[in-house]
Amino acid sequence: MTRPHDPGECEMTLLVQADFDGELDAAQAAALAAHRADCPICQAAAESLGRVRQALREQAPYHRAPDALRARLTAQAAPRRVTPVRAAGWRRAAAAFVAGGAIAASVMLAVVPSGAPGLPDQVLAGHLRALEPGHLEDVISTDQHTVKPWFDGKLDFAPPVKDLKADGFPLEGGRLDYLDGRRVAAMVYGRAKHIIDLYAWPEAGADATPSVTERDGYNIVRWRQNGMALWAVSDVERDQLVDFARRWRSMP
Amino acid sequence: MGRIDGGRDFESLVLPHLDAAYNLARWLVRDPVAAYDVVQEAAVRALTYFASFRGDNARGWFLQIVRNAAYASLKLDRGLRTVPLATGDDTEAAAPEPVDPADNPEHTLLKTEAHAGLDRMLAGLPVELRETIVLRELEELAYKDIAHITDVPIGTVMSRLWRARRLLAEAAQREAVP
Repeated sequence: MTRPHDPGECEMTLLVQADFDGELDAAQAAALAAHRADCPICQAAAESLGRVRQALREQAPYHRAPDALRARLTAQAAPRRVTPVRAAGWRRAAAAFVAGGAIAASVMLAVVPSGAPGLPDQVLAGHLRALEPGHLEDVISTDQHTVKPWFDGKLDFAPPVKDLKADGFPLEGGRLDYLDGRRVAAMVYGRAKHIIDLYAWPEAGADATPSVTERDGYNIVRWRQNGMALWAVSDVERDQLVDFARRWRSMP
Repeated sequence: MGRIDGGRDFESLVLPHLDAAYNLARWLVRDPVAAYDVVQEAAVRALTYFASFRGDNARGWFLQIVRNAAYASLKLDRGLRTVPLATGDDTEAAAPEPVDPADNPEHTLLKTEAHAGLDRMLAGLPVELRETIVLRELEELAYKDIAHITDVPIGTVMSRLWRARRLLAEAAQREAVP
């Protein structure tokens, strides 16, 4: 038998598919079966669906997550909750201490209050994440003329990349990050053995002077300049971070 | 410890769905390195937002984040890598290209090199058809979950599935022609 010269159409074919996909209830399926008994179009459709499924499930590769990815994500999720437990157990500390650890862990885990995501927490989470090995910079360069073009094509804005080496805050690189559901630029500055992440993304509004927030022992200094929101986060001393912001702002 | 919202935590919400996440990302961005980055970014977003997750469908929730991250990645890549997509301009609900019932499937889809062929056919589908068929046939998700993840009504899921399957059946038939 060769192919039918005109397959025609049947308004029931999407139902044939739904049946094939197990989406019909018993009554609908029975009604369809009655129709299909007399409809060559629907019969052919069902056969075709079966062939495609068989071929896909047998031959289309199912891409399982690489072990490295699984390991990385496991590690990424773990430290903030595991560390306090381990510390507590290690010292065989008093119950009060354990409870303190538990509270600290739950506070750190609840990075986002239900509903409104807290930007300071997100910024800090991004910073902590970046501190993990091999994760700090996507482009490593102490040259702002290398870092700046690297962002081109990766962002829908041009982040202001400045080097503050002369001020004791050498530019070490840059990377992409996500904040509040959008892609942002993260510039990485060094300060002695410490790291300062400076996040930048476009934000409407007049220039705003820096304000300081503290989260879990980390300082965040944020300001707005030339239509750009700028958030610096680090474990350096508060005064140093404020100094960084001041120098960064005044640099042309 | 580390439990939120009735005993759920990030690991139990997200990590069981990592294979599904990677598979979806891999089929959407069609590149292992980009897929790795997409899942990594999605996990980061999930970690940020999971405290506000209130549903009971963690897989759907995570796959939706993965899907959005994959689209963001595709959007950013546009211009850097241009990938020709098969046309999706056919009418929505035409009947499938008939396949001769007398044909042995071995002669159509199940050829020796069909693995590569089918891989290519699937990869060549327009992205909205590709994600729908991958979620249905490889993840075996229900229509309503696919609708949720891809952010379209169930009727659209049905017509996309139909088009995807018809294009694959047609492509397989063309492949089968010696």
